[in-house]
Amino acid sequence: MYAFDYHKPRSLAEATALLNANPEARLLAGGMTLIPTLKQRLASPSDLVDLGGLPDLAGIFVGDGEVRIGAMTTHATVAHSAEVRAALPALAALAEGIGDPQVRHRGTIGGSISNADPAADYPAGVVGLGATVVTDRREIAADNFFTGMFETALEPGEIVRQVRFPIPEAAGYAKFPNPASRYAVAGVFVARAAGGVRVAVTGAGPSVFRVPEMEAALTASFTPEAIASVLVDADDLNTDLHATAAYRAHLVGVMAARAVTSALES
Amino acid sequence: MIDTVTVMFSVNGNDVSAAVEPRTLLVTFLREHLGLTGTHIGCDTSQCGACVVHLDGRSVKSCTMLAVQADGQAVTTIEGLGTPEKLHPMQAAFNENHGLQCGFCTPGMIMSAVDFAQGNPSPTPHEVREWLEGNICRCTGYHNIVASVEAGARAMAKA
Repeated sequence: MYAFDYHKPRSLAEATALLNANPEARLLAGGMTLIPTLKQRLASPSDLVDLGGLPDLAGIFVGDGEVRIGAMTTHATVAHSAEVRAALPALAALAEGIGDPQVRHRGTIGGSISNADPAADYPAGVVGLGATVVTDRREIAADNFFTGMFETALEPGEIVRQVRFPIPEAAGYAKFPNPASRYAVAGVFVARAAGGVRVAVTGAGPSVFRVPEMEAALTASFTPEAIASVLVDADDLNTDLHATAAYRAHLVGVMAARAVTSALES
Repeated sequence: MIDTVTVMFSVNGNDVSAAVEPRTLLVTFLREHLGLTGTHIGCDTSQCGACVVHLDGRSVKSCTMLAVQADGQAVTTIEGLGTPEKLHPMQAAFNENHGLQCGFCTPGMIMSAVDFAQGNPSPTPHEVREWLEGNICRCTGYHNIVASVEAGARAMAKA
């Protein structure tokens, strides 16, 4: 690991000031991606600004038709929250499926979405539910937040504070996990709400994406059969040692059907 | 010029204060600064779980944390769990069920299992296997490890 200076601010304003004063600084949330990246010398920030000293950034609030999750809330906290399990069980199940128990004890929702790994689980939930990302300066709709592989709409120094999920009528998430890492080879989040059905796919492409053909078919009939004939184009999907693009395209259909089944059972 | 940072936390019930480089990993601090070599470094890529310790009672991978991140908290390592004369019930269960072959993964397995058993006193083998997702045994001795965790969880509930 390259050397860096370490700061643990006691307020959001202090964190912002540190980021502004050090253009090569990086935020540290749970560190489940950043620390392995530093260990491999794939990043060399001048400073780390640890958000672990800001308890206001962690916590769960359910009410007003929403589930609000603070950026520093761990995956384990979301997975085991009785309130989240009651209001939005698909999101609790998604959190329970991330990595392994020790990763879930440290990893956070804010860190996950800010990192925007193309195979991470939370981006599917954020886009599938049409959530809103609240930062220190604005609110960003999920559809505008993820802009590419490891790319988001966040500006330099912008800090995610909270994610606000509207509570849907029904929702489900299904993924085909990589057996070693538990990252999604393909994962699909499906949500039915008053405004229609949303289908968001992670793991299969360079970034999370929606499938309008599936959304239309499921808005007409919210059943696994409704999307059985929808073919996903493999042209823009990922090929790596785990799966070809064609296999991922097939998996998206299978996972979407399972997610719908899960939503109907919840 | 990188400044050292002073960290203060408890390790196995003892207060520890030290000046560390920010990049010092918690596992490095435990092993090289405190000499607590029961916590192992296996993969060094956050996957194998040989480095699992407890932070305020919850299992974490000490190779994927900076020592400074533990500031103000309570760290427990395998050395803090039991003694050779008086093993922790989970350690005794691994002994009785031959839950180890080479033994390299064992400290992490036991620390992970103790955290698990605190929340689940009578787990099924399936639940144990799901929980042990983050712990790898390259001897592939999982069968006896699962039996050990089941027995250890029951023993902890009685203790």
